Amino acid sequence: MTGRSGWFLPVQKFVWWVAPLLAVCMAGCGGSEYRFPGHKPKPEVTGVTAVCSPATIQPNQTSQCTGTVVGQGSFNPAVSWSASAGQISTAGLFTAPSLPTSVTITATSQWDPTQSGTFTITVGNSTTSNVAPIVVDAGPAPQTFITANVAFVTVTVCVPGTTTCQNIDHVQVDTGSSGLRLLSSASGGELGIALPNEPGSSGNPLLECALFGSGYTWGNVAQADITVAGEVASAAPVQVIIPSTSSPSVPTSCSSQTTQPNMGDSVQAMGANGILGVGLFQQDCGPACTTANRTIPAVYYVCRSIGCSPTYVTLAQEVTNPVILFATDNNGVLITLPAVPNGGALNPNGSLIFGIGTQSNNGLGSATVYTVPDSGTNAGDITTTFSGTSYPASFIDSGSNGIFFLDTGTTGIPQCTPPNDSWYCPTRSPDNLSAVNQGVNGNHGTVNFAVEDAITLFSGGNTAFSTLAGPMTGSFDWGLTFFFGRNMFTAIENMDTPGGPGPYYAY
Amino acid sequence: MNIFRLVGNHGKVTRVLLSALLLALPLPAMAVLGDNAASVLTDQTRMKGTLRSVDNRTYVMHEITSATGTVVREFVSPAGVVFGVAWEGQFPPDLQQLLGPYYQQAQRAEQGATPEQQPRRRGAPVVVETPGLVMHETGHMRSFHGQAYIPRLVPHGVQVSEIH
Repeated sequence: MTGRSGWFLPVQKFVWWVAPLLAVCMAGCGGSEYRFPGHKPKPEVTGVTAVCSPATIQPNQTSQCTGTVVGQGSFNPAVSWSASAGQISTAGLFTAPSLPTSVTITATSQWDPTQSGTFTITVGNSTTSNVAPIVVDAGPAPQTFITANVAFVTVTVCVPGTTTCQNIDHVQVDTGSSGLRLLSSASGGELGIALPNEPGSSGNPLLECALFGSGYTWGNVAQADITVAGEVASAAPVQVIIPSTSSPSVPTSCSSQTTQPNMGDSVQAMGANGILGVGLFQQDCGPACTTANRTIPAVYYVCRSIGCSPTYVTLAQEVTNPVILFATDNNGVLITLPAVPNGGALNPNGSLIFGIGTQSNNGLGSATVYTVPDSGTNAGDITTTFSGTSYPASFIDSGSNGIFFLDTGTTGIPQCTPPNDSWYCPTRSPDNLSAVNQGVNGNHGTVNFAVEDAITLFSGGNTAFSTLAGPMTGSFDWGLTFFFGRNMFTAIENMDTPGGPGPYYAY
Repeated sequence: MNIFRLVGNHGKVTRVLLSALLLALPLPAMAVLGDNAASVLTDQTRMKGTLRSVDNRTYVMHEITSATGTVVREFVSPAGVVFGVAWEGQFPPDLQQLLGPYYQQAQRAEQGATPEQQPRRRGAPVVVETPGLVMHETGHMRSFHGQAYIPRLVPHGVQVSEIH
């Protein structure tokens, strides 16, 4: 080839050193991977994948997610995490919400936020065994007193973190209180293991005066691993109850809040080996016993050699509703008791089921939700209307052993002959009555109930009664009498349930 | 209707209340129910509370809200005697102080209530109904209510349901 050499030579040089490169590149280069020395390709993210393991977990459990960013060039491979329910940390650790649901996890490239990938985690039913058998029987041995309408379960307590454990039977199920309280052996109770005391200030013992509608309990705040059914509450603050004859003695500021006696003086005084409070509130006292209150109430005491004085505590120190400490099934309880005919029944069996809507056995079904105030004068109360008058300080309570309502003057139902005038003895027995219950949310429903002559009921030798009632001027206390033949849900304050957050009753 | 609103410190209330109720009796050490109206001020001091009074002609009702939020209402007859008390709140008041000798009377009435052969009320509200004292205590953790009155001291025309 002849011709001009002016432009040809540079082109020739170009072709000679580029050609081998082209040949190499032809084999498998994309257009943008064509590299000149000193020139780098523009970094680009082309996709993000997210993977979580395990893909199916129980409520409140965790799953670890990993995000992989695909692209070319140099780019920051980090991702940002988000979840459609529950929570996920910046490191991709996902914590499931408390109820079964399907959750979409999204990993977004921080380099190119338009690129993301998703993964679905299934939060399935809790698989923990959540059913504790209830028996409404004659109560704890030895039988020196007569019991009616008390629902008992067995709980296991252990010194925290150890296998030093004990089963305590005939612990009363109480939806009207929060916290586990056990009679010490000094009180005649079964508790024989030494649960460690929760320290008060400067290591001095912390004791508590807990008030009930029917008296008070006094004793140490201690810690225990509590197991009921398959549910475990670790290092739960509990109360170990001591009698009036033990030391430290009951402060007057405690006992003077009621005219009733110390429930911890004997098994007979309490009617049980302990109380399992699984009610509406997370702790027994709540904010009122913390520094949020400008005055220290007579509830928690620090006891020194010179005596006991009321003290502030933190919420975490307070005797706590064990249910909220469970890993799952921790938003409330369901109590199921069989229907009991007129005349009563002997030792019927029921169930204390943990969780609301967390498993196939604790869904709300057709139950109506009655919300209650979380605080204030009528905390935990519903409004009951009877014969045209409304009673806004009414409540539902498995720890009361009858329906206690109004008085003879209002209802026309005679009281039994003294000294049993604390029960109703209707002239026409059964006396069939009707009332309407209403929650703060406005939901209301009619309750049909019957009252039978209490003395006749007691003479039959039964232990459970759906018609046992007595007077209580000014309000309705729907006790265990009301629970027979119903599914009674108690939802704990601020815990999420399919029926909305607690606190509420539902039945 | 005349309504007196007296909210303030102990000293100021003492002067106004005494002049309004024409009392010249010394302050008792304790007790309110059945006592003269001056004992209301003792309660206010002990409860570290604020005092509000309402006069509805047949009686005067003094309401004390304690530092812990408990509300105590004390009902005073035209004769200047506290014939009824009522309370509500997360914590009951000091009933030994509020009921005075009627505290022990209530305890005696409750202890005699049930013979050993009959099941007793459990977890249940307290009902005392005797000729000399009527008392009810009810409630559950976080919310307690109660009332107590002396039937023979209730002024004519007053419904006992007003004592709440």
